[in-house]
Amino acid sequence: MTIHIETHNGVCHVHVAGEMTIYHAAEIKAELLPCLELGAELEIDLSEVSEMDTAGFQLLLLAKRAALAANKPLRLVAHSPATLEVLDMLNMASYFGDPVIMPRTVH
Amino acid sequence: MSNAEFDQALQTFFMESRELLEAMEESLLGLESSPDDDDAINAIFRAAHTIKGSGGLFGLDGIVSFTHVVENVLDRVRGGHVPVNGELIALLLSCRDHIGMLVEQIAADPSAQPDKELESVGSMLLAQLKSYQTGVTHPACAPVSTSSCTEILPQTGNTVENDLWHISLRFGQDVLRNGMDPLAFIRYLDNMGKIVHILTLPDAMPFALEMDPESCYLGFEIDFQGDGIDKAAIEGVFEFVREDCSLRILPPHSRIEAYTQLINELPENNIALGELLVNCGSLTRKELEQALHLQEVLRSGAGTGEASKLGDILVEQGVVQPELIDAALGKQKVARENKSQESKLIRIQADKLDQLINLVGEMVIAGAATSLIALRTQDAALHEATSTLSRLVEEIRDSALQLRMVQIGETFSRFNRVVRDVSREIGKDIGLDILGAETELDKSVVEKIGDPLMHLVRNSMDHGIEAAEIRLQRGKPARGTLRLNAYHESGSIVVEVGDDGGGLNRARIFAKALEKGLVTANQVLSDQEVYGLIFEAGFSTAEAVTNLSGRGVGMDVVRRNIEALRGTVQIDSVEGAGTTVKIRLPLTLAIIDGFLMGVGSSSYVVPLDMVMECIELNEAERQETRDSHYINLRGTILPFIRLRDQFRVRGKPARHENIVVVQYAGLRAGLVVDELMGEFQTVIKPLGKLFANLKGIGGSTILGSGEVALILDVPTLIQRAISLESRVLN
Repeated sequence: MTIHIETHNGVCHVHVAGEMTIYHAAEIKAELLPCLELGAELEIDLSEVSEMDTAGFQLLLLAKRAALAANKPLRLVAHSPATLEVLDMLNMASYFGDPVIMPRTVH
Repeated sequence: MSNAEFDQALQTFFMESRELLEAMEESLLGLESSPDDDDAINAIFRAAHTIKGSGGLFGLDGIVSFTHVVENVLDRVRGGHVPVNGELIALLLSCRDHIGMLVEQIAADPSAQPDKELESVGSMLLAQLKSYQTGVTHPACAPVSTSSCTEILPQTGNTVENDLWHISLRFGQDVLRNGMDPLAFIRYLDNMGKIVHILTLPDAMPFALEMDPESCYLGFEIDFQGDGIDKAAIEGVFEFVREDCSLRILPPHSRIEAYTQLINELPENNIALGELLVNCGSLTRKELEQALHLQEVLRSGAGTGEASKLGDILVEQGVVQPELIDAALGKQKVARENKSQESKLIRIQADKLDQLINLVGEMVIAGAATSLIALRTQDAALHEATSTLSRLVEEIRDSALQLRMVQIGETFSRFNRVVRDVSREIGKDIGLDILGAETELDKSVVEKIGDPLMHLVRNSMDHGIEAAEIRLQRGKPARGTLRLNAYHESGSIVVEVGDDGGGLNRARIFAKALEKGLVTANQVLSDQEVYGLIFEAGFSTAEAVTNLSGRGVGMDVVRRNIEALRGTVQIDSVEGAGTTVKIRLPLTLAIIDGFLMGVGSSSYVVPLDMVMECIELNEAERQETRDSHYINLRGTILPFIRLRDQFRVRGKPARHENIVVVQYAGLRAGLVVDELMGEFQTVIKPLGKLFANLKGIGGSTILGSGEVALILDVPTLIQRAISLESRVLN
């Protein structure tokens, strides 16, 4: 799992690659939360998330709540199939409110 | 959960699957003789169900998808829609084997992709299973539980409108740390039926800093549609997280009170929760109002001491209905019994046990040293204390060794299947008799004895038992019998493989051995020695005469395996009536009760179980036996060996000599020693490689004084005494 963080024009871009699972949960939390302070907006790129379990999902949830509390927009973008499957199964896509492009195989 | 823990859980899954598959096989074979045995059918179903369930947890899709189909068919069998017949049992046995192969493949290499061959077998089996699945697309629920559905239906007045199960789930914080992923359960639930609506509740999750990323804070409200699925099945999904989650299930068309109860019990705010239920479609707005009203009523009721009746209300409400029905069927009881059985057992790693036994071994040695010192001090109190201690050590030793003991029955019952399959394969009707299944022996021995037994069983079936026509001609029943027997005999365990076949032909074996140059024409051999020849390497029988054909194939391997366990093989055979192969193995491999003897300054130990008696060799007898190697023991000849000569112990012969009479495999011999030193707890230490070929010595042990004593290999010494004697006689 690797996290890449960059800030452009007040938007903090976070790129998570690999497993968002319990194995890396503590690490991801430690990297992810401070990002809210780095910019006026937070964007999390999920395109290279290969696997997501409950712990990984909770972290997205945590980030979203923290962002709401801080009144900063948080966007999840470029969902990978693994993340989509989880958001879809738990019926949480609408909570995050991001435009989601369903993978072709689903249709 | 760390990778190591995951691996461990996976190993447990493999182990459990193997056990379940074994139980499944046993029940399937049982069904052959009694096709109406509901318990057996249920057991088979449960096995398949559990394997599927746990397989799902580990994401082993290959196993899940195959087992799912098998489970469906089994469910139809259980419901009486599919009759049980030989064909179905054969197919289910093949399916069991296939599941076993899938499990083993993953056990060997968790990342392995299913290989082509296995896949083609799988799809072939699935095609065959299809014919049993037709008619109903989804497994119908058993007739009784259908009636339970209809029982709930008529209560229209107070029940909710929708026909979905409502499942309320709150996971405990530790669930992730315990290696479970709630998502996996939901995914599995979705596979079983259809999750119509799900609400994810993150309310319990604290904000940023307090949130522990390895805790689980989620709850779910689920509306679930499952045709023919009962409450137990839904509960089954969450069986593995039972301890770590709170689960409430409301059946379709539950009474509104049930929802009241639910709202009451859930940790979230009542009103918000009610709204939630409306949102997720479980309740209509009107139903919610009714429910909240009821809640008020109940609350005031609680004030007047009626709170205790909540449980009763639950029953009235039909919430627990399906369970009651299940109980009536006795299913639950069986399941619970299994559970309690499980909780009586604990799994531990074999090496931990070995470590314990090693330590006990060291304790025995240290204890012996302590006793020795106590004896020297002549302090009565100290002496008494040490003797209590050594008694306790002895008990600890016995219990520790007992931990390693397993019944041989499990190994034996595996042969039910082998006998069944092989007899079909070779077209003979052969039954299996199992005796002494409760006989216990060391686990490590049980593991290693399977292969030799398999060889002997196949051999007996192939070549021992005659074809039906010949049997009838000889006046024997057409159905051949194979017998597996086990019992204890003077410190060893005897495992017998017997058949009522044609027996061995002594003359032919002798002729064959002569041809091979294994014996000479004028050699005098006992029957057993002749039969023993078939264990010689190269006593191949490909070109040998019919009724001993094949009887030598790999037999030398069998003997080698047995000898590696410090055991012996012996054959009894009556021509025309059958053959029995007796395997004799030492009971334990680690610590024994020994009998300590002294010759000159050296000490020797023999297993106490093999010692029959000790007699003093008086002066007259000593003179008499100076050159012979036997004495007259109460009218029978007892050959003996002087250990002093055998091991070339230096020094002058002692004033007194004693004979220790030992017995093994029905043979007796005497060992002449100087001194009898009595019982001694012996921790067997293997000899180094250098001494591996030493005859007559089985190992070594350490005495309390720190000296080393040699453990005698009694079978070899007895053989030697007998051959010495016969050589003298000849």
